[in-house]
Amino acid sequence: MPALKGGCYNDSIMKLSREEVLHIARLARVGLTDEDVDRLREQLSDILENFEILQKVDTTDVPPTAQSIPLQNVTKDDAVDPSLPQEQILANAPRKEGQYFRVKAVLE
Amino acid sequence: MNEQLTIHEAHGLLKAKKLSSVELTQDCLKRIKEVEPRVKALVSTTEELALKQAEKADKRLAKGDTNPLTGIPVVLKDVLCTKGIKTTCSSKMLENFVPPYDATVVEKLNDCGAVTVGKANMDEFAMGSSTEHSAFFPTHNPWDLDRVPGGSSGGSAVAVAADECVFSLGSDTGGSIRQPAGFCSVVGMKPTYGRVSRYGLVAFASSLDQIGPLTKDVTDCALVLNAIAGFDNRDSTSVPEPTPDYTKCLDGDLKGLKLGVPKEYFVKGMQPEVEEALKDAIAKLEEIGASVDWNVSLPSTPNALAVYYIIAPSEASANLARYDGVKYGFSYKDTESMWEAMEKTRQYGFGEEVKRRIMLGTYALSAGYYDAYYLKAQKVRTLIRREFDAAFEKYDALVTPTSPTIPFKIGEKLDDPVQMYMSDVCTLPINIAGVPGISIPAGFGNGLPIGMQIIGKPFGEETILKVAYAYEQATDWHKMRSKI
Repeated sequence: MPALKGGCYNDSIMKLSREEVLHIARLARVGLTDEDVDRLREQLSDILENFEILQKVDTTDVPPTAQSIPLQNVTKDDAVDPSLPQEQILANAPRKEGQYFRVKAVLE
Repeated sequence: MNEQLTIHEAHGLLKAKKLSSVELTQDCLKRIKEVEPRVKALVSTTEELALKQAEKADKRLAKGDTNPLTGIPVVLKDVLCTKGIKTTCSSKMLENFVPPYDATVVEKLNDCGAVTVGKANMDEFAMGSSTEHSAFFPTHNPWDLDRVPGGSSGGSAVAVAADECVFSLGSDTGGSIRQPAGFCSVVGMKPTYGRVSRYGLVAFASSLDQIGPLTKDVTDCALVLNAIAGFDNRDSTSVPEPTPDYTKCLDGDLKGLKLGVPKEYFVKGMQPEVEEALKDAIAKLEEIGASVDWNVSLPSTPNALAVYYIIAPSEASANLARYDGVKYGFSYKDTESMWEAMEKTRQYGFGEEVKRRIMLGTYALSAGYYDAYYLKAQKVRTLIRREFDAAFEKYDALVTPTSPTIPFKIGEKLDDPVQMYMSDVCTLPINIAGVPGISIPAGFGNGLPIGMQIIGKPFGEETILKVAYAYEQATDWHKMRSKI
């Protein structure tokens, strides 16, 4: 992974570089045009600047909240439930072969 | 004119045999044909299904069925899976997706005998505050067609406000039911996280998403909540709490109730007409019996926007990883490479705002940034929730504006994401805390609707409905109709 610059501990936010935007796009598997990259550099930097406010908040000894309800470790009885028929699951597949989703070669 | 009826009014007529569900449904379908070219609230109209369901409902009614939703026309936000009916999320990615099952809430409405007349337009994958981010077309506010209806459940709000249906369902991740309800002068509720099953709701941000009703008045909101609330073993985050009859608390009596007004919600940049309308509305609550503390402080409120725009996109980036062009949805086929196919599928299948949020979330979760952004946001989330918990030890409910502005012009904020995000500044802390909130009509500024938000403690829907109902009974805002 390339070293990322910018980030939130700098006093002044540096605009995201083209490389950083392309790196994130690759992690997210989103194709971008050159125009997209330029626009996202501006917009993402703008949004990230608004996140700086959180660095001033004292969160020493504050636990993180992942969700807001008191439920934990919800388990289900190990019983067989009816499931959808295979042809219904495959009905929306862009490409299929027999009873399988067809994908492009993973190993070349 | 039957389409203007509320659920409880229509139910009375249906029960007394003065109206049939087929007649009511036909009136809604006629109204849809008449106003839809101007408001564009619906992605699809389900006329054939609706008439079939209406005939069935009439048979149930003839046999003495007394369910308040039997035979009542509903519009569903197109993020709710409907078996055999396209569910697009207003995205090119799911333009032709036909779900093999119904969402739990859809199943529940069908069991009640409700009649589905259409599926509502929305910001793509529920990401937006104006419904301009629909991949198909923007929806127009019936109070002024040049203005946005709010979002992301803009189509659901307009369908109710323009009487294309009697009620609708929306989803709310940061204000997506309440903000459009406020912008269109209808009632919209986001229940407590875990109150309503999310099974079959296409996921955006799983720790924040919640389904809720949009209705013409508060009584209808309670009736719909009665139908959709409750534990569901297919959603492991739905809470096994008993569901009360939410109409029981609608007594108009505010004596002994303590309301708080958190001053941080009257943000810089709030339009003066909104501030004025809210102060009048809160004074009205005081006048009809509530005791009001006008000087409550929730000091973490200004941090909520940043917390939300880290947590929601992070969860979205994970949830939307499933759109890879393999199992369903749009698929770019013109290449032999798997990775290129996946990248092009997501490049052409997702719109600008969705890609922006996926990128933002991916960045916030990426190596070297996780602690500084995502973990930090989760910790501040704890502080926000603690402040709500402390406030609810002193107050029965909190009252705020729903949005800092009246509905803005179409196109006005489209190229400025940060300005657009500000539109949810009063609603998103409620999702972060997981508490319930309702927006009700509270006046007009320059002829455009203004909403009041009432916030309750976890599973305190009855209290906020009680306050909302008392205010509604003392005012006439909910009876006003746009001239569409």
